[in-house]
Amino acid sequence: MDNIRAVAGIVIKELYRRKDFYVLFILTILICLVMASVHIFNDAKIVRYLKELCLLLVWISSLVIAITTTARQIPVERENRTLFPLLAKPLTRTELLLGKFLGCWIACGLALLCFYTFFGLLAASREHHWPLINYLQAGGLHWLMLGVVIAATLLGSLVFAAPSSNATIAFVVVTGILLLGRHLNKVALTLPEPRRSILYSAYYALPHLELFDVRDLIIHDWPPIAWGVCGIVTLYAAAYAALFLIAACLVFRRRALN
Amino acid sequence: MSTQILEREKSEVASSRTREPRRDEGTNCPDPASKSLAGCMGYPQSAAVIEIKDLRVVYRGKGTGQPDRTAVNGLSLSVQPGEVFGFLGPNGAGKTTTMNVLLGFVNATSGEARLFGTDVREPIARQRIGYLPELTYYYRFLSAEELLRFYARIFRIPRPETERRIDEVLKLVELEHARRRLIRTYSKGMQQRVGLAQALINNPDLLIFDEPTSGLDPVGRMKVREIIQRLKNEGKTVFFSSHELGEVETVCDRVAILHQGELKVEGRIADLVRQHQLNLEQIFLKVIGYV
Repeated sequence: MDNIRAVAGIVIKELYRRKDFYVLFILTILICLVMASVHIFNDAKIVRYLKELCLLLVWISSLVIAITTTARQIPVERENRTLFPLLAKPLTRTELLLGKFLGCWIACGLALLCFYTFFGLLAASREHHWPLINYLQAGGLHWLMLGVVIAATLLGSLVFAAPSSNATIAFVVVTGILLLGRHLNKVALTLPEPRRSILYSAYYALPHLELFDVRDLIIHDWPPIAWGVCGIVTLYAAAYAALFLIAACLVFRRRALN
Repeated sequence: MSTQILEREKSEVASSRTREPRRDEGTNCPDPASKSLAGCMGYPQSAAVIEIKDLRVVYRGKGTGQPDRTAVNGLSLSVQPGEVFGFLGPNGAGKTTTMNVLLGFVNATSGEARLFGTDVREPIARQRIGYLPELTYYYRFLSAEELLRFYARIFRIPRPETERRIDEVLKLVELEHARRRLIRTYSKGMQQRVGLAQALINNPDLLIFDEPTSGLDPVGRMKVREIIQRLKNEGKTVFFSSHELGEVETVCDRVAILHQGELKVEGRIADLVRQHQLNLEQIFLKVIGYV
């Protein structure tokens, strides 16, 4: 476990020493501030649209950070040959992968914390209240979703040679699942066999990332979700992340590095 | 285990007659009572530090129609404790592949390779080795000090010991003045010295260097040679590949010459020179069929 934490520490250090996160954070802040200065229908109290747009930006930014950070981990280590002195030490490949996963996930969690804190402050300045439980649930589930995305991207980084192709594919797949995932079963009903079965299989096999999208809790000030439901969704995320990580470990375990 | 420790200690006493004692032998051992190398970490006792038997590595051809390529074919050799072993051969001879097998990067198609008597596929086999790859870039966003602290953590070296080791190795490679600077600001020679420092952080018993002086200026080469000489005096085992035959002649006890994946010549340099009535460079050229 100590080796996993050591590798994770390096990933986090890399994220905060690179400029990517700061650029995205500053861009998000600027866009949110510009939007916050606009009074929709000349009514300062209407903040729902502002919250919706700002949260969408936060989601996009967090996905960009998660996917780009994870996609480059193993390929860049190979390209820069930093992987070799590292694996020449008593560190297993599984520990390396788990460390990379943990590091990316924690780093994204820290980035989310910054984004949600800023967003919360901005929204509270207009609404004069801050539903903390809603923020915790929305942010927490968002973070869990990023865990699944990071595990899948890590697997992709071992399958696809270039980080750019892996990042592009991961971004398209994640966006596709988020936008269309919930409708696949309805589309399947309209198709003849065997396409119907294939689409149904995809519907059940794909991780339903849209389950983690509870932005409406914040946007519409809905009552919080039951904690039991949150627990089940957490297990769902853990199962998918574990599945992707096990697959990644199996792919990486016997791979020749030269 | 106690019998093993006793036997190992006996052999160490014997070998100490031919080498200077190490200052801090066994300090990485988690069990302070077990100062002997074999006892430390529960490694099985083995006379040879590196043992390769009938090693064969075949790379599968990528894509249709590409033939398989035999990188190493039936290689057998052993390296004894305290030896500086030069692993020579022209480009593509299979030196780096052999090193990659020893380090667990590549799996052998057949045969076996052991470090300190432990199968190279076991991560614990790498606890007592230091590895310096040819041309490596270390994490450029870290300082030398941070990099060494990270690697020391992987070796599970206790914190106070880590700080002491960092001071020692940075002093040895003459990078004390730049210890807090980010590696991205280092010159190539400095990066190579950071590589040496990381290879030494765990006070290893075996050092594997893949062309350690490649791309260095004459001063850098001299410094690396001095460090290898110093490690030799400390009784470390050094296994290194190089194209610099003069350097090999200066520091190595024994050499092996590999050509097209096969071991062509192995022995003490003095013996080889006497046997062939040629210098090392001429022997090398003869073995690879150049002359």
